[in-house]
Amino acid sequence: MIVLTPETVLARIQTALPGARVELVNNPSPCGQHSIVVHCEDALQVAEFLKNDPELLLDFASNVSGVDYPDHLEAVYHLFSIAKKHGPITLRMRTGDRDQNVTVPSLTSVWKSADFQEREAFDLFGIRFEGHPDLRRLLMWDEFVDYPLRKDYVAPDDYEYEPTPHGSIVEKSQSHLSSVAHKTSSPNA
Amino acid sequence: MSFDPHTSSLSEDNGAGAQTLDVSLGPQHPSTHGVFRMNVRLDGETIVKLQPVFGYLHRNHEKLAEKMSWLASMPYTDRLDYLCPITNNWAYAVAVEKLAGLEVPERAEYIRVIVGELTRLANHTAFLGFLLGDMGGWGSALMYAFREREKILDLFEALTGARMMTNYMRFGGVRCDLPTGWLEKTRAYIETFPAFLDEMEQLLTGNEILLARLQGVAPLSAERAINGGLSGPVLRASGVDYDIRKVDGYGIYPRLNFRVPRGTVGDCFDRFMIRLLEARESIKLLQQAFAQIPAGPIVNPAAKQRGIKPPAGEAYGRIESPKGELGFHLISEGGEKPYRYHVRPPSLINLTLLEEMCIGSKIADVMVILGSIDIVLGEVDR
Repeated sequence: MIVLTPETVLARIQTALPGARVELVNNPSPCGQHSIVVHCEDALQVAEFLKNDPELLLDFASNVSGVDYPDHLEAVYHLFSIAKKHGPITLRMRTGDRDQNVTVPSLTSVWKSADFQEREAFDLFGIRFEGHPDLRRLLMWDEFVDYPLRKDYVAPDDYEYEPTPHGSIVEKSQSHLSSVAHKTSSPNA
Repeated sequence: MSFDPHTSSLSEDNGAGAQTLDVSLGPQHPSTHGVFRMNVRLDGETIVKLQPVFGYLHRNHEKLAEKMSWLASMPYTDRLDYLCPITNNWAYAVAVEKLAGLEVPERAEYIRVIVGELTRLANHTAFLGFLLGDMGGWGSALMYAFREREKILDLFEALTGARMMTNYMRFGGVRCDLPTGWLEKTRAYIETFPAFLDEMEQLLTGNEILLARLQGVAPLSAERAINGGLSGPVLRASGVDYDIRKVDGYGIYPRLNFRVPRGTVGDCFDRFMIRLLEARESIKLLQQAFAQIPAGPIVNPAAKQRGIKPPAGEAYGRIESPKGELGFHLISEGGEKPYRYHVRPPSLINLTLLEEMCIGSKIADVMVILGSIDIVLGEVDR
């Protein structure tokens, strides 16, 4: 019986999967929920190990959230074990940047509970989950452009008004449209 | 042939001489508990495919929270699962307390358990009424259930000033102390509650039609339920012994004596019965809390409310809400607004296996299966 801490989990991963690129990220908060960052290419292998290892048995991927950082996006998984009644272990995957390399592997094949939540992170952050069985927008409509939970998202300021041919309202609407013009190519393509 | 979520049209021959039919159920439908839509494909009356469509009540709650101070999000959490506002407040308070390392005074913990278990009673009572409505028993059962729920809401109104939008928890405690006479009134009311549950149980479980509609419908194995991320009563109905009140032991739950009811096969009947059993356990919890509640402060004096700036870092805090595991994932940069605020909504994640549960059932069972999961769209769509 091991005491479940991120450090012991990390050590177990490194023993069992020597090639896997994993590292510990310190969380300065008093709750001390440190995270394990796993390299995207090793993520599926590590996830399978965490779920099936007899000492860990992290069979319950409770929460999946996306986070937008200035230079990359993250998918964060909070894992618990129902069999062992321990957790959470925080697992993170990082994208290369916020524009072109926004793909991380989907863990839905390991934990079905990630299905809708990965769709939500795709919908609101634009993280692309490779291998997801049905990666569509979840909450926004399919034709929607852009990702609302990103920090640089520009909220439309014209939908409260009927566009009229007069003055400041048209100007405001046009300035908004030109500020998002570069985003009009479909992100879902 | 592809399945287009935007159209529901007659589809072609599937080759076996039979035809399938695509039907759009909802979003305006009396049994979808709000604006929830399902695109189903039928072979005769049997479901062969089901695709849930979300977002009709989406308001980007998480983005709003990033634009506001930490405390200002508290009243907005009321609107997540609007049948159980107090447990939403509680989950958010627990997450912020983890993030900021705040202690909660003993009296506040007891008050939290009392209002939290009252919320559970109100929710499970409403569930019973709605489920009967889903089966076509409009009116009678719902009126019995809402009569009792309304009495609990009256108690909330006396305590917080609002029936539903309570805004009651604060970081490190609760907003106001119990008014004079509230505890006695609540205690007297709870003494009458087992009789109501007996009456309801007799009314429902003795009914042949109800049994026929629930027993053996959409059974779910424990293994599938865990992998699908189901939580709360739906998970325990499949026979899994997992209650966050026991596992995490947050607040004062470790001091209180209660059992965790479990189902056996995880069919709709188990999911229905487990709510009745849980309500009885909640009564036990309430009675213990009434007997033990101490005097003292109701909020940690060191905790700042307005202008709280939790230190940089992140935390995931969760509680056992009446619908399941309600969690908040919060990231702070040490400022007066959250950097990231994420809700783990039990109602949404409990729908993950909806398609799997419905395939092979008749179309009339879909509403019963959905009702047995117990969702609230304010929380699903956020």
